Amino acid sequence: MIEAENIEDQNGLRPDGRRALELRQIRVKMGVFGQADGSAYIEQGNTKILVTVYGPHQPRGSTGRNTSNISKGIVNCQYSMAVFSLSSGERKRKPRGDRKSQERSLQLKHAMEAIIHLEIYPRSQIDIYVEALQVDGSEYCASVNGATLALIDAGIPIKNYAIGCTVTLINNPSLEDEDNTLEKGVLDANYVEECTPGVTLSVVALPNNDSTSKDGLIVVAQGAGQRLHLSQFESLKARVLYGCQDIRSILDHAVREYLTEQSLPSLFHVALN
Amino acid sequence: MLTTKIFFRKTKGGNVFKTVREHYLRNDIHCGSKACKRCMCKTRNIILDDEDSSVKSSKITEPYYLLIDTNIILDQIDILEEDVICNVIIVQTVLEEVKHRSSMVYKRLKNVISNPQRKFYVFVNEHHKETYIERNPGESTNDRNDRAIRVATKWYNVHLDLDDNKIKTVLLTDDARNKELAEKEEIPAISMEDYILSLENSAFLVDKLCKKSYSAVCEGPEFFPCHLTPSELHNGIKTGKLVQGTFQASRENFLEGFLNVDGVEKSIFIQGRSNLNRAVDGDTVAVELLPEDQWSSPSDIVLQDEEETDVDNVLEVKKVVDKFDSSNKMQKTRTGKVVGIIRRNWRQYCGILQLSNIEGNVRHIFVPAERKIPKIRIETRQYTVLCKQRIIVAIDSWPRNSRYPLGHFVRALGEIGNKTTENEVILLEHDIPHSRFSDVVLSSLPKMPWNVTDADLAGREDLRHLHICSVDPPGCTDIDDALHCRDLPNGNLEIGVHIADVTHFMRPGTALDKEAALRSTTVYLVDRRIHMLPDLLSSNLCSLLEKQERLTFSCIWEMDKDANIINTKFCKSIICSRAAMTYDEAQLKIDDATQQDPLVKSLRNLNYLSKKLKKKRLDNGALVLASPEIRFQVDCETHDPIEVEAKKLRETNSMVEEFMLLANISVAKRIVEEFPEYAVLRRHPEPPVANFEPLIKAAKNQGFTMNVNSGKELAASLDECHKENNPYFNIMLRILATRCMMQAVYFISGMLQPSDYYHYGLACPIYTHFTSPIRRYADVMVHRLLAVCIGADATYPDLLDKKKNHALCQNMNYRHRMAQYAARASVALNTHLFFREKIQDEEGYILFVRKNALQILVLKYGLEGTLYLNKDKNSDVTFTYNGENHSQTCGNTVFRTFDPVTVQISLNRSNVQHEKLIFKLVKPFIPGFSVPAANAESCRMAMEENTKETAKRKMETDKVTCNKGGGSKKRQKKRKH
Repeated sequence: MIEAENIEDQNGLRPDGRRALELRQIRVKMGVFGQADGSAYIEQGNTKILVTVYGPHQPRGSTGRNTSNISKGIVNCQYSMAVFSLSSGERKRKPRGDRKSQERSLQLKHAMEAIIHLEIYPRSQIDIYVEALQVDGSEYCASVNGATLALIDAGIPIKNYAIGCTVTLINNPSLEDEDNTLEKGVLDANYVEECTPGVTLSVVALPNNDSTSKDGLIVVAQGAGQRLHLSQFESLKARVLYGCQDIRSILDHAVREYLTEQSLPSLFHVALN
Repeated sequence: MLTTKIFFRKTKGGNVFKTVREHYLRNDIHCGSKACKRCMCKTRNIILDDEDSSVKSSKITEPYYLLIDTNIILDQIDILEEDVICNVIIVQTVLEEVKHRSSMVYKRLKNVISNPQRKFYVFVNEHHKETYIERNPGESTNDRNDRAIRVATKWYNVHLDLDDNKIKTVLLTDDARNKELAEKEEIPAISMEDYILSLENSAFLVDKLCKKSYSAVCEGPEFFPCHLTPSELHNGIKTGKLVQGTFQASRENFLEGFLNVDGVEKSIFIQGRSNLNRAVDGDTVAVELLPEDQWSSPSDIVLQDEEETDVDNVLEVKKVVDKFDSSNKMQKTRTGKVVGIIRRNWRQYCGILQLSNIEGNVRHIFVPAERKIPKIRIETRQYTVLCKQRIIVAIDSWPRNSRYPLGHFVRALGEIGNKTTENEVILLEHDIPHSRFSDVVLSSLPKMPWNVTDADLAGREDLRHLHICSVDPPGCTDIDDALHCRDLPNGNLEIGVHIADVTHFMRPGTALDKEAALRSTTVYLVDRRIHMLPDLLSSNLCSLLEKQERLTFSCIWEMDKDANIINTKFCKSIICSRAAMTYDEAQLKIDDATQQDPLVKSLRNLNYLSKKLKKKRLDNGALVLASPEIRFQVDCETHDPIEVEAKKLRETNSMVEEFMLLANISVAKRIVEEFPEYAVLRRHPEPPVANFEPLIKAAKNQGFTMNVNSGKELAASLDECHKENNPYFNIMLRILATRCMMQAVYFISGMLQPSDYYHYGLACPIYTHFTSPIRRYADVMVHRLLAVCIGADATYPDLLDKKKNHALCQNMNYRHRMAQYAARASVALNTHLFFREKIQDEEGYILFVRKNALQILVLKYGLEGTLYLNKDKNSDVTFTYNGENHSQTCGNTVFRTFDPVTVQISLNRSNVQHEKLIFKLVKPFIPGFSVPAANAESCRMAMEENTKETAKRKMETDKVTCNKGGGSKKRQKKRKH
């Protein structure tokens, strides 16, 4: 396994050849799944996630019966990892139901509740199914990104993009800093980097449209079991918001492209009628 | 920025997994040359010079850069460390290969790279768009890497050519195939030997060339059987036919050794030249067991002397071995033969050249100082200079037809017998890093003049108003602890221990921190200190000097008058020490009733409390152990020892010690509470009862019973042993008890069960080191942990990395042990220097009775030595050994443990590398064995005899230097630069 020390050997490059603030290649497909109301497929490097959205529809199952809060819509999230998804080559025993996926489901729900205009869907339910097909680090963040895209594809009104991005604190003073205002930590960690000692912070943010201001933090999920000292948090936050901003513009671009591609003929058709 | 993406697959042993990783190729990697105008410029990474600053070489006419192949780095690192070689490109492929093959060479290479003067540039070819290559089908990894290196060389040549630079990039390789292929592709390539020979003034470098291909010696009969191939070895070990283990050569006899197998208690014995089959001490080897009828047993100690005088004549030694074999048929052990070497553990060895009479010969035999290491054949043209010096040699290879391994000269240490040289030898032999601190390390020091700023004060308690003082041994420059004590309004006392805040200056991850972690401890030799931290820190900024404001880490207790702790507080603070005293000065102040200032009062209180603390501790079962410690009074001019004396202890010593112990224990409790998994602690395992056997027997002979079931009982029984007629009896028992103990070690709390944290010697359940961060790295780690506990400092990822911390602990344990050995060796060296010019009679006591010798302790000097019995076979004086009650009898004189004797001490200098003290019996007088008491005449006679060998060597070398001294001296001078 490549160790974190490698960074020293590589003149400040990370094990896979990126620099500290570089993301992996992001590829997006929307509307991949005809049966669902909305779907999206997202690749962040080797992390590959498929998200489908059903609804809004009548509440069903246990969530439906518990209608204590009828003034707002209900979001139901299910996060599952394919048994073959682990990049270490082992097989996972169960795709879902373990603690990790349950926690992820819950966190995903929080993120989604934050962006959907739930007040316009009383007495209804929106299902979001996330399937991680291949996992190579930052999978939770990628699934948030995918879910946002799937919601857009489903035509559910949202307030803003919910963007997930990880920042990993690698203890390495020699790491090259392109921007000194953002102190340390590398963005969008892959599996190897997540395994290094240090903190991996998964952050979901609602970045603003104009790239100057950076705010709107909602969900923070913490990865590796080390403690993070408060003094380092601010600089990590600055970095990760920078990353979120980048991902947002990539996704935004992809959405617009998809819409022009998809919508033009049908609009044309409507116009003709 | 990101261009392409390629997939890697990797398989691991056993199960085959497919691992897919991304690999980004870039176009923004700088070539590192100053001359280049095409690469996107980034100032901090330009290392290679554009002018022609490389050494002139007759083979390469244009200015050039060297691009080095892996095999050169692995074999010729000694030459690469020479300053003349610069403007070098190391490609990442090579760096990774080196890392895989040898971590030692890798570390040395990293050192070279980090020195900006050397101009070594790491080119990340694996991530460069144009130099990355994929493995062709059917191509081995090795071939692929060779090709990658060639592609990188080619790229450099093309790249620099585009700008019309005259600079060529030359591939330096010793791999014949790689060189051939390179030449075919028209890449300039050269072998190391050719390159070095083509340099101007290369003479001194030639000696350092690795002798991998030493063609001339490779003729002649073969001495050794072939080694098996790696796959045969692998299969053999798998099927259980072969055993894998670490080879340990015997100290007494270089033709014998043992194989220590992991997890198996009994080691396998290996004997004889062909059975040893070129294994060198420390190597990991594969061994095949011999059939039982060929088993033998270790030969007796006697061989040692014969071997020393006549090492070369192997046949003779062999005969002696055989002779002993037949006599010892009864106790045969499992015997095996080495069939293959799995991993070499060769390092650099220290020693001298064997005298040779042939003038102008370049091949010489090198005799290592360590007896476990075989002689090494080297080639040098500087014999005339080197034969008087201690030198360092590295082993390169050991072909089947060479009796001795082949090596090359690395460097000279200095004249034999010279004190600085001998110190150097001690440091090298104990693997103590003692080079000057590198510039990188020094650059992370605070800038002078240093003053306390407001930023430093933030988060610190201001304790400058307190009457704090430090008490240390005389001449101490690294004062890392200070104390205070004051009355509280509620009648209790406040006691503070203030420890230098080293971590304030030494931030984690800096070069300074890494260097300190490597050194781990300050090493104290008799006349020299090798600091863990640079001088500026260890004797200035971190040292709690008198009347200076210093940053500290404080541990403050509230105690009642019975020394019960009411509460404990830790904080970072700033203090101003009122006085830096020696133990003597502090003692005088306490004893002088006329002095009543606050400082003295607080000292008295501290002293009072410390006695209570000590009593509590001893009641708990803490052991008071003794070891003979001596101090040298050194001549301030020549630094030769004039007088030796045993160290004295005062009340104040124990006062400081008690509070340090208390601080350590308090801190240990706190950090384990906060970090149950990651705390750095120190434990002292309880020794197995069997260890105490010699102690029990010795005491029994004198009519005492030792109860060793627990530390408490042992302490009690030690206290009871007193003898009227022998005042040193108790001390000697304690010395014996100390020998039975295990080593105390550092460990990470998460690695052991809490019940194993126990410190046996101190009889406390948990312990750590907190009080000497200037001289121990463990304390630095503890400081950092504690700082996080109290929120005074930030964590960093490595702090809570169990594996890394475990590795650090291992290193600290190793360095600590080595530092102790080195200190002992240094004392021995000085003892030898002290006895060089004299022969003395001294009172001593028998510490052990051995089968063929008495172990004698001379308390005056804290000196221990062996008095051999039955040495002379022809003498009619015989000693009979009684193993039951450990006694030696001769006539009607009986020697038992603890009996007083008078011995004559002199120095035997016949072996230049191993001078040793000779003990001769004076009293009780045994005719034919004892020697008369020393007088001037016999002194001189003995001296002459002893120094004959030394004189011989001197004369010889003088003669040779006269003949052609001029030339060699000049060469010697140049080498130094």
